[in-house]
Amino acid sequence: MEKSYYQAEDLGKFGNIAEFQPELAKKFFDYYGEVFKEGELSEREKALIALAVSHTVQCPYCIDAYTTGSLEKGATEGQMMEAIHVAAAIRGGASLVHGVQMMNKVKDISR
Amino acid sequence: MSSLKRQSHQLSDSLIQLEVLQAPRSTGTRFPLFTDKLRETGLYPLRPAGIDIMQINVGKMCNQTCRHCHVDAGPDRREIMTQETMQQCLDALDRSDAEGIPISTLDLTGGAPEMNPHFRWFVEELSRRGKHIIVRCNLTIILANPKYHDLPEFFRKHKVEVVSSLPHFSARRTDAQRGEGVFEKSIKALQMLNEQGYGKENEELPLHLVYNPAGAFLPGSQSSLEKEFKQKLKKSYDINFNQLYVITNLPISRFLDYLQQSGNYDAYMEKLVNAFNPAAAAGVMCRNTLSVGWDGQLYDCDFNQMLDLLTDSNAPQHIKNFNIRSLNDREIILNQHCYGCTAGAGSSCGGATT
Repeated sequence: MEKSYYQAEDLGKFGNIAEFQPELAKKFFDYYGEVFKEGELSEREKALIALAVSHTVQCPYCIDAYTTGSLEKGATEGQMMEAIHVAAAIRGGASLVHGVQMMNKVKDISR
Repeated sequence: MSSLKRQSHQLSDSLIQLEVLQAPRSTGTRFPLFTDKLRETGLYPLRPAGIDIMQINVGKMCNQTCRHCHVDAGPDRREIMTQETMQQCLDALDRSDAEGIPISTLDLTGGAPEMNPHFRWFVEELSRRGKHIIVRCNLTIILANPKYHDLPEFFRKHKVEVVSSLPHFSARRTDAQRGEGVFEKSIKALQMLNEQGYGKENEELPLHLVYNPAGAFLPGSQSSLEKEFKQKLKKSYDINFNQLYVITNLPISRFLDYLQQSGNYDAYMEKLVNAFNPAAAAGVMCRNTLSVGWDGQLYDCDFNQMLDLLTDSNAPQHIKNFNIRSLNDREIILNQHCYGCTAGAGSSCGGATT
């Protein structure tokens, strides 16, 4: 096997984090399970949010999991790509909106 | 696209499919045996709870060649049930009625069952006997030829329950699985069925849709998907239907070929095995259904039929030897593909089982 920091099969071992700290792992996975149940948001909407966030945190495990998850919940390819554009717009916007801070500083220190 | 059989593809041989299903993973380790999983839940050997449904495959001929078809159906298939075999089915039903152990529901499938030249005669005979009739209609057949245009009316006359595949409410996803232009024709056919009163409040004219994933992933929750389908189809096309049946793709025939070709076989089997649900195992459809092949041979389900896994040799194996008591007491034949019906919320021809 090629040596890499990320191994696709490690996603399936996520539950193993309980080996070193079972109580906290249980609390986390119970919470996790509850979060993704249908509520005021549908399971599909939650999967799409998770997909967008996965791209923001740039977690390859999460991207694998929520690409599959979004398909399972009935999302279309178009919806999935739009979700990623939402993530990209917020990331890009977050950089650009700081342009105002830069402009303020320019005004502060220059004539 | 032609059928695997026409291509002389190795997976058109059921023995090779069974070899693949029983082979170890690419890493050399083996998947747990389905029979061992059932044993752990106390359900092995699996026996019927009582046959309520006779599912009859009246032939493999179809106007479509869907990429995931477990029947390997298509226009190039010639296997068609004869009127003589249909009569043997009717005789079997009459015998079980006379014995006081009637089979209430007849589920007609194919291929496109409507392409069997004796289809209408058979439906009329079943209707005359007061049986509940389900037809697994692929929708596009209604528009395929003028001689089929009146099918919605024919179905209404005999109060046939219509069950139709529509893998997605987006044209792209449906066409990718069922063929170019299938979505548009399916929508038109659904509107024609709605015009006859199907899919509305009238309990006598149910119209159910079938969703199956367009790839190597499991289906999501039936109730959530049903809500999505209802909203989208109503809003975009003013279509009404009753229930959405969510079905898991079983790793056989063309879907098995896809899994192998795309390098997804091991991961998909792993998913099915890990998602084994004892509650779904208790509710599998083979416990209340008997499957009849185009040539009259008997199977525990349509999937076993495609794998040539006949009913237990201690029970009748052909419709002409039908005996309801003996079949109700048979041992159901299992193999690794059975994981498909016990994963997650369970899967059957009527959707989720839990």
